Amino acid sequence: MIKNIFKNFVSKSATRPYPIEVRPGFKNARGELDNKVSECTLCGICAKKCPSQCITVSRKENLWELNPFACVYCGICVDACPKSCLVHYTEHKKPARVKTNLVLKKEISPKLKVVANA
Amino acid sequence: MSKTIVPFGPQHPVLPEPIHLSLTVEDEVVKEAVPAFGYVHRGLEKLAEKRDFHQMIQVVERVCGICSMIHAMCYCQGLEHLMKVEVPRRGQFLRVIWSELHRIHSHLLWLGLYADAFGFESVFMQFWKIRERIMDINEATAGNRVIVSVNQVGGVRRDLSPSKCDWILDELNHVEKEVKALESTMSNNYTVKKRTVGKGILTREMAYELGAAGPTLRASGIAQDMRQLQYEAFDELDFEPVVETDGDAFARGLVRFKETIQSIDLVRQAIARLPQGDTFVKVKGKPEGEVVQRVEQPRGECLYYIKANGTKFLDRLRIRTPTFANIPPLAAMLPGMELADVPVLILSIDPCISCTER
Repeated sequence: MIKNIFKNFVSKSATRPYPIEVRPGFKNARGELDNKVSECTLCGICAKKCPSQCITVSRKENLWELNPFACVYCGICVDACPKSCLVHYTEHKKPARVKTNLVLKKEISPKLKVVANA
Repeated sequence: MSKTIVPFGPQHPVLPEPIHLSLTVEDEVVKEAVPAFGYVHRGLEKLAEKRDFHQMIQVVERVCGICSMIHAMCYCQGLEHLMKVEVPRRGQFLRVIWSELHRIHSHLLWLGLYADAFGFESVFMQFWKIRERIMDINEATAGNRVIVSVNQVGGVRRDLSPSKCDWILDELNHVEKEVKALESTMSNNYTVKKRTVGKGILTREMAYELGAAGPTLRASGIAQDMRQLQYEAFDELDFEPVVETDGDAFARGLVRFKETIQSIDLVRQAIARLPQGDTFVKVKGKPEGEVVQRVEQPRGECLYYIKANGTKFLDRLRIRTPTFANIPPLAAMLPGMELADVPVLILSIDPCISCTER
C-alpha cells in the first residue's frame, strides 16, 4: 500500500478534468438517439418495439416524437428500423434544464401527397 | 443496561440502498436484528402483463443494475427452454464473456464499498479506479457501460471482432495486475483484519440451514456454484468454485477477491475457445408452459420462474434474487456483534435491495 501511495504521487491523474477534456465515445456506443427523418417512412415499428415506450409516431401529422428522458438507450429501435434511419450517436446527450421531447416533422413532397390523397 | 432498539437504515451512510433493521442493543452489543423491506419496490414483475416477452428483457435487466446482463441471460434461457430454441455456440460463449465481465465489475464495486464500510478510503478508490477499465470494455463491446442490453431470445445482439478480443485481453492483463497489487492489502492488512476477522461468523451448518447463497455460502465452506450446472458455455471451461472455510466477514471478502481473478481467467478461456458461427437464431412463435431457470449471479443463485400461456404476454414472472436468500443468514450473524461492526457485516453479504424488492 505504501508503495502504491508513492507511485500515485508521480503517476498521472486517474480522472479527466471533465468538461475541459472529454473522452471521445467508443465506436458502436449507444449515445444520443436521432432520426434522419427525411428517410423515415413513419412505419411505427420503433414505437411498437420500444420497451420504455418513449417513441410516438403520428402518420396523420407526419410527426416522429422521442422523449429522450424516458429512453433507456437499449438500441432495440435502431436494430428494428427497416430503413436504418434511426441512429445512436457515440456521444451522450448533454444535460438539459428543461425536459423537452425531440419532435421531428417529415416533409412530404407535393407529388407524394397527391398519391396519398388518391 | 436495559435493552434499547436502534433503527438502522433505510437511510444510512454505509448503505447504498435502503434496508431497515431494528437492532435490539444491550451495552452496544446487538441482541436481535429484525429486517424490514419495501422502500424500493417498483413492481417490475407486474409489468409482464403490459410489456411483451421480448420487451421484458429490457425490464428484467433493470431489476439490478450491477448484474443486469445475468438477469437478462437467465430470463432468455427460460424462454429459450419454453420455445425449444438452441442458442448457437458462439452466442453461448459471448454470453459467458459478458456475464463474467459483469461479475468482475460487480465484485470490484463491492470490494470498494466494503473497504469504504470499514473506513479504508484509499482501497475503495483503487478498486473503483480498476473497475473503470471493465466499464470501458462494456461500453466499447456492448454499447452501454452498465446495462449492456446484449441479450435477446435466441442469442446475443452484438458480436466481438478478433481485434476487440485482443483489446479485451490486453485490458484484462492490466486489470489482473492492478487487482493482484491489492491482494496483500485484502488478505494481510492490519486494518482489514482488525475489522473483519472473526466478525459475523456463519458456520457451515448455519449457512446450509438458513439457505445462504453465493459467496456468503462459499465462504462458509460449501462449494456450491450454479455455474456447476454448466449452462451456456461453462461445460467447456475449466472452473472450480472458490471456497473459504472460516465463514467470517474476512472470508467473504477473500472469496469475492479470488472470484474476481477467477472470472478474469474465465473470460480469457472463453475468448481463447470462441468458436466461429452465428451469434443468434431467429425465434418464431410464442412461449407456452412453465419453467424454472437458475444462474449464478455475483451475489449468488438467482432463480426465475416463468409461466407463459401462448400469447405475447407472460402469465407470471417470479424472480428470487440472491440477496433475498442472504437476509436470514444476515439476521442470524448479527446477534452478539458490536453495534460498530453492523455496517461491515451488512456489507459483507453484498446486499442488493433493488434486486430483492424489484
